[in-house]
Amino acid sequence: MKYIDEYRDGGLARSIAATIAREAVSGRHYKFMEFCGGHTHAISRYGIEDLLPSNVEMVHGPGCPVCVLPVGRIDDAIRLAMRPEVTLCTYADLMRVPASSGASLLKAKAAGADIRMIYSSMDAVLIAEAEPARQVVFFAIGFETTTPSTALSIGLARRKQLTNFSVFCNHVLTPPAIRAILDTANLPEVERVLVDGFVGPAHVSTVIGTSPYVGLAAEFEKPVVVAGFEPLDVVQAILMLVRQVNEGRSDVENQYIRAVTAEGNLIAQREIAEIFELRETFEWRGLGELPASALRLRETYAQFDAEQRFDVVPVPAADNPACECGDVLRGLKKPADCKLFGTVCSPETPMGSCMVSPEGACAAHWTYGRFRDRAKASAVRAMA
Amino acid sequence: MCLAIPIRVEALLPDQMARVTLGGVSKVVSIALVEDVRVGDYVLLHVGYALTRLDPDEAERTLALMREAAVPGLPTMKEAAA
Repeated sequence: MKYIDEYRDGGLARSIAATIAREAVSGRHYKFMEFCGGHTHAISRYGIEDLLPSNVEMVHGPGCPVCVLPVGRIDDAIRLAMRPEVTLCTYADLMRVPASSGASLLKAKAAGADIRMIYSSMDAVLIAEAEPARQVVFFAIGFETTTPSTALSIGLARRKQLTNFSVFCNHVLTPPAIRAILDTANLPEVERVLVDGFVGPAHVSTVIGTSPYVGLAAEFEKPVVVAGFEPLDVVQAILMLVRQVNEGRSDVENQYIRAVTAEGNLIAQREIAEIFELRETFEWRGLGELPASALRLRETYAQFDAEQRFDVVPVPAADNPACECGDVLRGLKKPADCKLFGTVCSPETPMGSCMVSPEGACAAHWTYGRFRDRAKASAVRAMA
Repeated sequence: MCLAIPIRVEALLPDQMARVTLGGVSKVVSIALVEDVRVGDYVLLHVGYALTRLDPDEAERTLALMREAAVPGLPTMKEAAA
């Protein structure tokens, strides 16, 4: 497929990795965070860690909207779906995310709730139009990549004058999460994630552009390289980061020039601004309450806000106490450090959301990375 | 979640919609977020909406930069297969 196959050339990847090995200064450790789950997935799936020299380390970031959604919001969605008049439309990613007390949307559906998996938010609008007796609620999640589509769907529902369509909005913003990772001055030392730079978001950046990262890179003196999700994109971005570190630079660079510009998609930004406004604060799984990090519907669109229509009152909910998703999301721990990993927690029976989404660090490590651990362990045994 | 795929626009439809095909599957998607889409353009498709147009010149430039960054002498996949 055009624009995919040419960015998956294994020989070229090995060759660029050889350049990384040559340019990475020996005796110096390079630790980069890939912000997005899409990059985590590519790194695991294509074995990019195996190509890198031992002094270049990648840590996974919080860029997976399914993973950072706190349990309480899934509980809220299940409560909405259990109302007899409600049809809850959701992306499939959320169906198996564990809620409180072992619940999930999938189990609620099995118990009789009207929950439907959809491909596009537009489908939810069409369902509302076709079934006027149902109150159709779209469970909206996602970073800036997904927000424009929700905005356009709300606009479509308004033009169609639908009174039975609303949105349970959980859209979150990328730059505040990057800030939360970097702004560690007030944290105890063991909780600080010390990274030398970021592989910056791919498709988020098609919408917001590269300029929102400029202030962050300068303030915290960390390079950011926006990169595509194909394996060659990631390898090239790592080389660009190594070069920036070697040259003592902390610039924002764009590897994904075929899709991303400095200013981003202005039409999408206008659509988002028309419908949404900033929440004062929003809870992130792993990162806690972050100010100005999420969106809600503007007052002029209140009729489409499911939280207002159904009077959603948040009930605090705790994660499984043994689950380490929080530390994994902040890059403090690796999936295999969690004692639930691969024991009670697997993609079939996930305990935490990082094991659900294919982009979650734990699911990626379960599907691909653990075999590398096993190979390493047997190599060590063979040496002994 | 942020998955988006490069896809070729096959036909333009009313209401800022377009027909696209990938692997034999045909779909009608929204192109409302991208200006002046033409038949034959490649767009990045995410949850039924085109997010941006892929720039063929920048795509070629990226591949050229990658080849430039590669250590000379190591064969690429295509060369190894030939």
